[in-house]
Amino acid sequence: MSCGCEENRGTVKVVNGRYKPSGKFHFPQPNTPIRNEQGVLLGITNPRDIVHMHSYGGEAIFFESLGKGKLMASRCDNSDCETTGSIYMPFRIHCPDCLAKNTVIDITDKAKANSIVHSFMITERTGAFNTLQIPIKFVNIEFDGVCTILMGALVRGEPSIGMKVIPIFKTQNPEYIITDMLWVAEGTPASDLPEGYSF
Amino acid sequence: MITFSDKQLKSPKMQRPVYLVTGGMSKFARAFPDKRTEELVIDAMTEAAEFINMTPAQLKKYIHTCYYGHFADHFGDQLLGESVIHDRLGLDPLGNIGVKTGGATGGSTLWEAYKTVASGYSDCTLAMGWERMDEVPTDEGNNYISFAADKDWETPMGHIYTGYYAVMAQKYWQVFGKEEDSFRRTMAEIAVKNRGYARFNPHAQGPMKITVEDVLNSPTVAYPLLALDCCLMSVGAACGILADEKTAYEMTDNPLRIDIGAGSHTLRVADRRNMEIPLLPNETKDQYADLAQRFPGSDRYPGFTGFLAARVAAHYAYNMTGIKDPTEDMDLVELHDAFTISDIQTYEDIGIRPYGEGRTYVESGDCYHTNPNTGQPGKLPANLSGGLLGNMHSVGATGIMQVLEIGHHIWDRWAEMHGDEKKWAKFDRQKPEDWTDLQVKGAKRGLAISHAGVGSHVTCTILQHPDKILPGGMFE
Ligand SMILES: [Zn+2]
Repeated sequence: MSCGCEENRGTVKVVNGRYKPSGKFHFPQPNTPIRNEQGVLLGITNPRDIVHMHSYGGEAIFFESLGKGKLMASRCDNSDCETTGSIYMPFRIHCPDCLAKNTVIDITDKAKANSIVHSFMITERTGAFNTLQIPIKFVNIEFDGVCTILMGALVRGEPSIGMKVIPIFKTQNPEYIITDMLWVAEGTPASDLPEGYSF
Repeated sequence: MITFSDKQLKSPKMQRPVYLVTGGMSKFARAFPDKRTEELVIDAMTEAAEFINMTPAQLKKYIHTCYYGHFADHFGDQLLGESVIHDRLGLDPLGNIGVKTGGATGGSTLWEAYKTVASGYSDCTLAMGWERMDEVPTDEGNNYISFAADKDWETPMGHIYTGYYAVMAQKYWQVFGKEEDSFRRTMAEIAVKNRGYARFNPHAQGPMKITVEDVLNSPTVAYPLLALDCCLMSVGAACGILADEKTAYEMTDNPLRIDIGAGSHTLRVADRRNMEIPLLPNETKDQYADLAQRFPGSDRYPGFTGFLAARVAAHYAYNMTGIKDPTEDMDLVELHDAFTISDIQTYEDIGIRPYGEGRTYVESGDCYHTNPNTGQPGKLPANLSGGLLGNMHSVGATGIMQVLEIGHHIWDRWAEMHGDEKKWAKFDRQKPEDWTDLQVKGAKRGLAISHAGVGSHVTCTILQHPDKILPGGMFE
């Protein structure tokens, strides 16, 4: 059954500092009654779809860079900060200690050279709207000199603690979300990467 | 932050003692297609009134401020759901506010109600919590819960919260469990124990008479977590009524002293940075000097294996009440057993066992009502309610349920509240032939842990019989 959802699906631009939606966002569907075995009315379905317009703010550079094959982290360069020099991945716009604006730095080479699995898990179950292939394998990744441990999805190879992994980037048709960067076991050939992804 | 100032770690000093006067719970179930949330909330409120021989109308006359905990507006598809409930409870014109701290919402709701009495703003407060998790299909429910992780960095990966948790389980199991089968069996034993205790609780959604093998043979949810390692998804409500001393003794003969501490840590487990282990009163720095040698891979604290928020909540609560050693000073506990592994982690965070040795709390039999190794009463029984594994995890109600369950033991009314045939019949549940009275004999003090997410918020609630207050607390 077609709900007409694909037709003229809404997009959003920012014009003069304001969100400007265009196209179709809402596809009304009727409510339907919920009854028990005896046919007694107990409730009603409330279907609808909703599109949020979400700002990445100071993290936009991170999400923009993934599609260009770059992993951007951030670093506190405030010499008065007790943790100055700390590098954050996940990216933090501001230092969590001194709240100064962090410096954006490129850690792509560091990540390609030495990314180690701190922990992992494997699941066949997902929530609604999942787009990753099942089974999903999460890996938590330690980088040299980074004080935090990034979570990512491993899409080639079997995870184990201490294994070396390599980031891959959705340089074709990036979606500008975290899954534009996925992870593969060291030694995975370029020919074996998911469609649209490259080292 | 990875270092903490003296000002931040200062022991809370309340203006006056606070008492738990009464509380009540609804039935807990996976779904209530025939009940609105307000009906469940009124069930809980009515039980609270009856517990102290009042009518709901009489009880309401005492309440001065109301706190409402439910974790996710999404589930009920109703923003400001608190206001709907407040209206249906007929509690206008009292000031009221919603509380949201993920899985710890119940504990946090009590925390707010507690501070309001302690400050003198109110002489009597209501803490009411609930969750409506049945009005979306389970996969959408998992999707909503996953939005309590970071929506840009974590949620898009699978939309499955258990996965964000399982990585912690994996690390603990490898580092402190040393990947031993015996450790895996100890985890499973918790699932058997808590579901077994749930059989004697008429409110409980998930009672099961199972074996360790049943747990180990249950389907994988997120490796290494199996289905029977994971808690329930529930609907239901629970409330507590708190008051100052004078008001409490007007309302009942035997209110219980209540004190609550709260802590926090990063929402994303990814953001945890290394720090020194903050010590509890029963620990010394020396005892952890060789931790990384004894347990290779444990060189990060809290890393993925501990919960800083639980440790800090315990730090505050122990200092407020004079607890030196929870195993010695408490008679029973209710812990946030969202997963068997996090139950073990929490034993260490709150000082029941040192870091690395949580499993021994189970293996010694100390955590049982009756120690299976000795046949004697367990040293510190845990989760006799059935916990989140066997009783319920109706998120906003969970932390309140735990405190009431401890209270029933200290009030010496556990059998009355769990054995009453009329209650079993009202909930349309079969009281088991082998129903057992789990009353902890002579219980005077207990502790409850309410815990959110991968450890983002934790509250530590201490209940004490007023005749058995520990020395060294803030009012002693
Ligand atoms: Zn800084």
